[in-house]
Amino acid sequence: MTATAPDGARSFRWRRRSVLPGFGLSLGYTIVYLSLIVLIPLAGLGIRSASLGWDQFWAIAFDRRVLLALQLSFGSALIAAIINTVFGVLVAWVLVRYRFPGRRWLDAAVDLPFALPTAVAGIALATLYAPNGPFGALLDDWFGLRVGFTSFGVVMALIFVGLPFVVRTVQPVLEEIDRETEEVAATLGARRWRTVTRVIFPALLPAILTGFALSFARGVGEYGSVIFIASNLPFQSEIAPLLIVIKLEENNYAGATAIATIMLVIAFVMLFVINLLQAWSRKWFGHE
Amino acid sequence: MRLKLIALAASLALGACGGQSSSAASEIALLNVSYDPTRELYEEFNADFAAAYKTPGGKTVKVNMSHGGSGKQARSVIDGLDADVVTLALQNDIDVIAKETGKIPTDWRTKLPANSAPYTSTIVFLVRAGNPKNIKDWNDLVLPGVGVITPNPKTSGGARWNYLAAWAYASKQFAGDETKIKEFVSALYKNVLKLDSGARGSTVTFTQQGTGDVLITWENEGFLTLREEDGDKYQMIYPSLSIRAEPPVAVVPGNAEKKDPEQLQAAEDYLKHLYSAAGQRIAAKHYYRPNDPAVADPADVARFQPVEMVTIDDPLFGGWAQAQPKHFDDGGLYDQIFTVR
Repeated sequence: MTATAPDGARSFRWRRRSVLPGFGLSLGYTIVYLSLIVLIPLAGLGIRSASLGWDQFWAIAFDRRVLLALQLSFGSALIAAIINTVFGVLVAWVLVRYRFPGRRWLDAAVDLPFALPTAVAGIALATLYAPNGPFGALLDDWFGLRVGFTSFGVVMALIFVGLPFVVRTVQPVLEEIDRETEEVAATLGARRWRTVTRVIFPALLPAILTGFALSFARGVGEYGSVIFIASNLPFQSEIAPLLIVIKLEENNYAGATAIATIMLVIAFVMLFVINLLQAWSRKWFGHE
Repeated sequence: MRLKLIALAASLALGACGGQSSSAASEIALLNVSYDPTRELYEEFNADFAAAYKTPGGKTVKVNMSHGGSGKQARSVIDGLDADVVTLALQNDIDVIAKETGKIPTDWRTKLPANSAPYTSTIVFLVRAGNPKNIKDWNDLVLPGVGVITPNPKTSGGARWNYLAAWAYASKQFAGDETKIKEFVSALYKNVLKLDSGARGSTVTFTQQGTGDVLITWENEGFLTLREEDGDKYQMIYPSLSIRAEPPVAVVPGNAEKKDPEQLQAAEDYLKHLYSAAGQRIAAKHYYRPNDPAVADPADVARFQPVEMVTIDDPLFGGWAQAQPKHFDDGGLYDQIFTVR
């Protein structure tokens, strides 16, 4: 995260020639590339949904079914991202700080949710957590908890697909932290817990926030695995991406793009806030 | 806008491939865009057709297949997929292509016999062996505690037939009283445990994941499931009233004409072959009800139990042109049954 310097300094830096050559060329390339890959398709989305009038757009946006779907998508992505953040950091910690047999295998296994087609993950989870599946039946017997074909199942699928994001963003940062800094903290009289909260955690926070953001963003857009484990019943466990597919099946392109636009705006705002938090955390803990 | 670009790219890519193969050899490549459960049927049928057929100009024909959900396939064709023939689950899907692109004449249903449906199917129930919940007919599906598996009518052609068959039963039961019909169908969908996006997905939910007491499905899909190695764990139940599902076929002249001069002829002959004795026999073998049972293998035909069927063209539904918007469009009767609960 750059551009946290005060305004005067920023305009000064803008005119000053960078020490590194090739700034103009590389910036031009970056803007053209991002436009081609990201901005132009998204602009198409905006134009298409703009073909609806405001009245129609709001009618779609505040339809109860759409609201419930958006609530489910963003809500379960948020819950899954929080769970992934807590346990992902733990996994990263274990993988970096301890040496034990099979560590490399575990390390490699973390990436599997990246590589596996999401539909495969969805079918596997649905089979395990179906009311008659091995886990599903146990959970139902012990806690009366239905996971397969409910909103719990959605969260479960999103935890699965989002896990590597947190682990893989936190892990390298954790590896970079010198053991010496911890030793210094100890010699200066900090207790173990104080070292964790005042020395290690501040250094990890930006990476944790990035992992959280990635995991969350992935969860919001996830379709492949969720449709297998959700019941997909309207008003019950219907995710917003499924609603988009349904609108497309109805040849209602404008309606589909309207929901997509709403999702995009909400996701953008949330990711932007996370980025701000990140910038703030860096400044607060004196990393810039 | 983005879709048009993708369509353009797709048609360019396909055009390039098609051009190459037809100029390289004295062979015509037909693209048949079909829906999901027809895979095995067309595999055998294409081989049978290609083995004997030559165009008047002496060219041989190779048929390429594209499979997917019927509605999605229709949209691909609209967006530029270069289909020479379409063989889809619903008349409405072909109607939409005709309306949106003009590549298919709007009176396509009259071009081939039997409303352009060379084979039909119907809607049946699959229950667990021994029928523990004693499910015999549609009214058993609304009882409390019965778990029903059916795909999502918004995304699956087969699911629309399932829904309409239930509607037809209720209509007969309540002498056309729409409020009571809606209550009945609403109660049925209240028992649904999971709406998959396609018929095959529902089969997997019912079989592999052991979920639900009854699967509403195509007759041909039901037979395929019984044929699997664990098929003895299920049994098929014919309801007292079902619907005749007519998966239609059509040539796409707007695409075929642009290619080889004989492409259109080959595409037409390909679909006509479905009506031939050989085509009918292959359809029956793959559990589709042939239009002409006399030419098919009697042992295959004997598998189909007689069942009372309504059709989509009955006054109750008034054809797809009426049934589609009334039941399945945004805010239609299907959406309403979820809000009355």
